[in-house]
Amino acid sequence: MEAIMALVVGALFGASVYMMLRRSIVKLVIGLILLSNAANLLIFTVSGLTRGAPPLIPEGMQMPDGAWADPLPQALILTAIVIGFGVLAFAVVLIHRAYEVVGEDDLDQMRSTDT
Amino acid sequence: MLIAVLSGFILAAFAPWLTRAFGDKAGWLLAILPASLFVYFASFIPAVSEQGAVVLEYSWIPGLDISLNMLVDGLSLLFALLISGIGTFIITYAGGYLRGHEYLPRFYGIMFSFMAAMLGLVLSNNLITLFVFWELTSITSFLLIGFNHEDKQARWCALQGLLVTVAGGLALLAGLVMIGITAGSFELSEVLAGGDVLRDNPLYTAIVLLVLAGCFTKSAQVPFHFWLPNAMAAPTPVSAFLHSATMVKAGVYLMARLNPGLGGTDLWLYLLGIVGALTMFTGSFMALRSTGIKAILAYTTIMALGTLTMLIGIGTEAAIIAAMTFLLAHALYKAALFMLAGAVDHETGTKNILKLGGLRGLMPITFLAACVAALSLAGLPPLFGFIAKELMFEATIGAPGIAFFVSLLALASAMMIAAMAAVFAIRPFTGELKETPKTPHEAPPSMLAGPVVLASLSLIFGLLGFIPAGAVVGSAVQAVYGSPLEVELYLWHGFNLPLLLSVLAIVGGVVLFLRWEQVLDTFSRMTFIDRFGPERGYEKSMDGLTWLAAWQTRTLQNGYLRTYLSVTVLTTVVLTLWAYFVRAGAPVHIGDLDFTFYELAVAGLVVVGAIVASVTSSRLGAVATLGMVGFGVALIYVLFSAPDLGITQIMVETLTVILLVLVLYRLPGFLKLSSPAARVRDAAIAGSLGVTMTLLILAVNGVTVVEPISDQLTAWSYPEAHGRNIVNVILVDFRALDTLGELFVVGLAGIGVYAMIRLRAEDKGQ
Repeated sequence: MEAIMALVVGALFGASVYMMLRRSIVKLVIGLILLSNAANLLIFTVSGLTRGAPPLIPEGMQMPDGAWADPLPQALILTAIVIGFGVLAFAVVLIHRAYEVVGEDDLDQMRSTDT
Repeated sequence: MLIAVLSGFILAAFAPWLTRAFGDKAGWLLAILPASLFVYFASFIPAVSEQGAVVLEYSWIPGLDISLNMLVDGLSLLFALLISGIGTFIITYAGGYLRGHEYLPRFYGIMFSFMAAMLGLVLSNNLITLFVFWELTSITSFLLIGFNHEDKQARWCALQGLLVTVAGGLALLAGLVMIGITAGSFELSEVLAGGDVLRDNPLYTAIVLLVLAGCFTKSAQVPFHFWLPNAMAAPTPVSAFLHSATMVKAGVYLMARLNPGLGGTDLWLYLLGIVGALTMFTGSFMALRSTGIKAILAYTTIMALGTLTMLIGIGTEAAIIAAMTFLLAHALYKAALFMLAGAVDHETGTKNILKLGGLRGLMPITFLAACVAALSLAGLPPLFGFIAKELMFEATIGAPGIAFFVSLLALASAMMIAAMAAVFAIRPFTGELKETPKTPHEAPPSMLAGPVVLASLSLIFGLLGFIPAGAVVGSAVQAVYGSPLEVELYLWHGFNLPLLLSVLAIVGGVVLFLRWEQVLDTFSRMTFIDRFGPERGYEKSMDGLTWLAAWQTRTLQNGYLRTYLSVTVLTTVVLTLWAYFVRAGAPVHIGDLDFTFYELAVAGLVVVGAIVASVTSSRLGAVATLGMVGFGVALIYVLFSAPDLGITQIMVETLTVILLVLVLYRLPGFLKLSSPAARVRDAAIAGSLGVTMTLLILAVNGVTVVEPISDQLTAWSYPEAHGRNIVNVILVDFRALDTLGELFVVGLAGIGVYAMIRLRAEDKGQ
């Protein structure tokens, strides 16, 4: 399954960079969202995929039983998802604000720091 | 000893306050430090005379073989005495010269740092420490040359000095590291005791060239000599210190210091001998063309530096004795002459020697001291400079291979220098009194103490040569030569070739002096010297650097996001793929290809969503397909044992879609901004990254390099943290600080969003 996920991650990275290379500022945001998902899935995939064995300790036990999914990458990804959302929210509002001030959503027209 | 070296830095921190507190008397007070350092260093003379070298050990960074060990032998002691001794007079002199100057407190601060750096440089036993102090002298001298920072010219000169010496410093660092690796030790005392280790190493040529690049730039050897005359932009006390005992002598010091380890080869002889001789000649020749009293002295410094380099290169017994004697003689008369030049400039308001005259009666002490020091510069008996010059001629005559060449240049230089010494001592003081911008009168005692004492020393050392020989010159020669030598200094050597050359030099000097105005006239028509000098090379390379910087800014930092992104992505892709194919041998681990129908469906959903989101021209379509990708990813998390991630992803995705719908509808619709060709190009760039990432995952699939720490975290989860959800335990327990930081980030983002929305509301309100 990892091989299939490798293709999915590759597609997400490709799509995200393609969108970030566009001149429209809205497409830049879409690219950012895709990039965030791509990175998370990348970490998730390379840490190994496990079916039906979440890292939980059953009642009355000290350790999970049998095989279990690696909990550390999950913790990292969880942090990344939340941070990614924070960045996204900020970026979306910033872009909206920039559009209001500059009156332009073409990134090529936004090169100067003066408005 | 460490305290002695570092005391300058400590005092530098307090000097500004002391200067403000004591006003005009501060110069005398602050001079106590260098004076006591001089006494302290002098106390090493007996030990050094007996043992040759004393190493004092102080550790600094033992793990990197970097120590603060101090090496006290004849050479470093000679320098330390010069630095502290002349430094004492410079400090008092500056008190008079810069009396009431707005930045005098700052001046003392930098000056003491400079002095301490110089002391550290000559006393360090560790190559790396030596280099640190070396660069410190470059930086502090930059601050001193650019002291009049409101003057554009001064700033330019300071920068020039810094760039030239620091560029050489970089080469030097490489050379020193190579010495350290080759010799197996970064301690000078061990490197120098290693005999032929460096000379026999295949890296020898590289080491010599790199080290000399540092020394030649620092000590203003041809073709890097141009920065030194410009360093005159500094206030005179700085010039006097810089030219006599410090900074420019650092290069000479290092060449002399490394002579036992690197010297004695043909490469060393020809490089140092020829470059030194050319520098000596160039300096003398340029001095002859100059009319500024400081400029004349600056060019004679270049002459002296060239002479020293040449003598170290020749490396015979006579040459080393001559070098150390000349070093001391030059420091004494040059410091005195510079301070006197400053006094004349200070009292009359002009530096141009053609506009000065008849000061003899008004400045008698200055005149007397100038005569004595200039006699030493010209190399006339019974001054110490005469002994030095006799020894120099003796050394050039005995130089292996290049005797005729260096002797000829030495004779020509000596003639010109004798003429300029006469110009300096006679012209401003005799003849009719000329109108000057200020009404001249004798300089204050603080400005005369140094020149008078130093000029007297030139005389005393000349008459009683055994004093300097016995005190430090002898042990300095021993340190540079590498084995003990008998050193005796006296005026009368009998009728021999050196004496004949001396007489010739004096006669030639007198002729040149009498016809100096004609000489000046001839030279002033030779403007090509200024047009094609190495300084043009410096200017051209500076222009080139500016052009390069402008070009790379235009090219790389052009303000287009997609350029930055393309460069970043393509660099990553090329380097990664290169490593993947060439270094790692293109490994591919497909692993198990077992999958269920719904897993494949979810994966397909994500891919299709991503592609549609990229190509759709409808904003709503883009948001909807983005939602598809997000929820698809959430499903993948759930399917592969990450319920927490699934839940979080679903919440975040819901919020994202809402946010996008809310905001995007206030923005204009998608336009087709880029051409089809640009789209293809971008798709290729993006596709290359996608392929790279896929290959990377396949390369590391199932590979475990080190045991993960997750097992340990799992084992601790319940017994230590009392949590059954291991992911949660990691987040709030094992990595609690990290999570706290994350909270801050999200909180800050929230505040930012709120602030921007409020701002907009206020804009609308106006």
